[in-house]
Amino acid sequence: MGEILTFALLFSAIRSATPLMFAGLGGLFSERSGVINIALEGLMLSGAFTAAVATYETGNPYLGLLAGVAAGGVLALVYAVACIYFEADQVVTGMAINFLMIGLPALISGAVYDSSGSTPQIDKVDQLPNYFNNISFASILVFALVPVCWYILYKTPFGLRLRATGENPGAADAAGVNVIRLRYVAVIISGILAAAGGAYLSIGQSSLFTRNMTAGRGFIALAALILAKWRPVPLMIACLFFGLMEALTIQIQGVIKLPSGEDIPVQFIQMIPYVLTIIVLAGFIGLSRAPKALGIPYRKEN
Amino acid sequence: MNIFREIFWPLVAVIAAFIVGGLIILLIGDNPIHAYGLLLSSSFGSAKDIGWTLFYATPLIFTGLAVMVAFRCGLLNIGAEGQLYVAAFATAWVGIKLGGTVVNVFGKDENWSWASLPWYVLVPLCCLTAIVVGGIWGAIPGILKAKFGSHEVINTIMLNFIGMALVSYLTQYHYKIPGDPILESANIGDAAHIPQLNQFLPFIPHDVPLNVAFLLAIVMCILVYIFLWKTKWGYELRAVGQNPSAAEYGGISPKKQIILAMTISGALAGMVAIGEVLGNRHNYYDGFSAEWGFLGIAVALLGRNHPLGVFIAAIFFGVLLRGEIFVDAFTAKISKDLGWVLQAIIILFVACFQRYSKK
Repeated sequence: MGEILTFALLFSAIRSATPLMFAGLGGLFSERSGVINIALEGLMLSGAFTAAVATYETGNPYLGLLAGVAAGGVLALVYAVACIYFEADQVVTGMAINFLMIGLPALISGAVYDSSGSTPQIDKVDQLPNYFNNISFASILVFALVPVCWYILYKTPFGLRLRATGENPGAADAAGVNVIRLRYVAVIISGILAAAGGAYLSIGQSSLFTRNMTAGRGFIALAALILAKWRPVPLMIACLFFGLMEALTIQIQGVIKLPSGEDIPVQFIQMIPYVLTIIVLAGFIGLSRAPKALGIPYRKEN
Repeated sequence: MNIFREIFWPLVAVIAAFIVGGLIILLIGDNPIHAYGLLLSSSFGSAKDIGWTLFYATPLIFTGLAVMVAFRCGLLNIGAEGQLYVAAFATAWVGIKLGGTVVNVFGKDENWSWASLPWYVLVPLCCLTAIVVGGIWGAIPGILKAKFGSHEVINTIMLNFIGMALVSYLTQYHYKIPGDPILESANIGDAAHIPQLNQFLPFIPHDVPLNVAFLLAIVMCILVYIFLWKTKWGYELRAVGQNPSAAEYGGISPKKQIILAMTISGALAGMVAIGEVLGNRHNYYDGFSAEWGFLGIAVALLGRNHPLGVFIAAIFFGVLLRGEIFVDAFTAKISKDLGWVLQAIIILFVACFQRYSKK
């Protein structure tokens, strides 16, 4: 057991938690304003793909990151127009965004690089820099963002309006909040943050974009958001916990065995976040209550 | 019901999606007319092409119906993918355990089965397994919603991951033939196979795996129609979907209807296993579904939540799944992923136009 529970595991957990935290913080803004964000997965993929291409073409990971978050912002705008202007079903639209981002990056990289499976390899020196224990620039950024997001959400007029809009848009509107504009802003912020998480995967943790490389992380981030009851600091803890689970699945393979001498099946560790979410949602561990207006399009009276 | 209005918006969505898709094709430097021509000719060009298109459409009819039944009760079942995976594994398991499967492990024969049942017992048993196990996996989020009020969308997403991890574990650790590099189960017994349609219909070529599950899908369209519009249960289910509080005031229990709708939805999704496990692959194959559960959402939406619409929409998506292979092979720049992009844009447009078509 001792050889598993080390600092190496902790750092590995931080690395795994990084993309989850970006996407989770993104989801926090959108859902607190009342817009469900099932599209986190697709938004992450847009960031991952664009960042990988831009970094490969320019040789500069910061330009790559910038391009990635810009792509996430644009895609989130498309999502916002569908959900807010057209009042489309948010879950269905979110799934469409996820589908689009499975296909579109592959279609583009197939045409441009003659390989629909992945983009070309980025040189090690062109990736986002790592510091001690392979902790990335992006990990430091996202941990710094947690208090920033907390401050914005609870201590600024914008945060107050955001939370009011998610709970009772009618009342917020009556108090002079531009509900529609605020929701656009919140969804775009969520796209930018989720895309940053995706960019970390393609130009930080690895050196290229591969098809569907997020592998469900957008949904795990969503699960973390629910576990955290839509609050930033608990979200960080939930993401770190899920990061630890992912780190464990990598580390325990072949090291720890069941008393019967068999390997511990990784599938059971993979299931933990999902099972926990169901249990929490059912109210077995305190009540997890979503913002009241979550998923309901807002239409101004008269 | 105004037929014109029912067809108008889905048609606009499809045309708009093809225009946007065409622009994307132009941008990546290829010819959209050539690509769309290939899409049509490879899916309707010959008896063989039509057979393949219907084969691809079959699972989508089941998942489209599954999503539709839940929709009619006001629920969004994103869990059809997990339901069909769990059902497929269970079906294969029965086909192995009761189908007399003997496995060759490193040169030695091992009997993995308990019994070798005749086909007229085994096939119905396998079909029942698909329906019951899919139904159970669908009922879980229904019960959670009815008892605890937790949202079915999140729970079905979570159950997708749990279901896939569970069957992946069972396959990898217990039902894979040792030494097989692919994550798939041993084969089901021959008695569990269902007939291919080319055995009765000589104009379908022999290499087309279209099987009797397609006929079952048509029957299910009719049965779902009868259930929803001609029975008391179906009426109550739809009443809850339209206005839960009014339904409750009228003496209908929304909780009971939610559980019923999700169970039927899961059972319909589970029926995908009949065509795929008993009719096509003859084992459980990890990753066998090309996201059919999720495409079911698109099929139900495009089909305006009506069984006839679902049938037509499923065939339309069958065209995309069949055609994308040929577009990939016979164009310079376009890969198979064009199908994904078109599907996504269609869902996006249908969802956006929903607002206008309701009026």
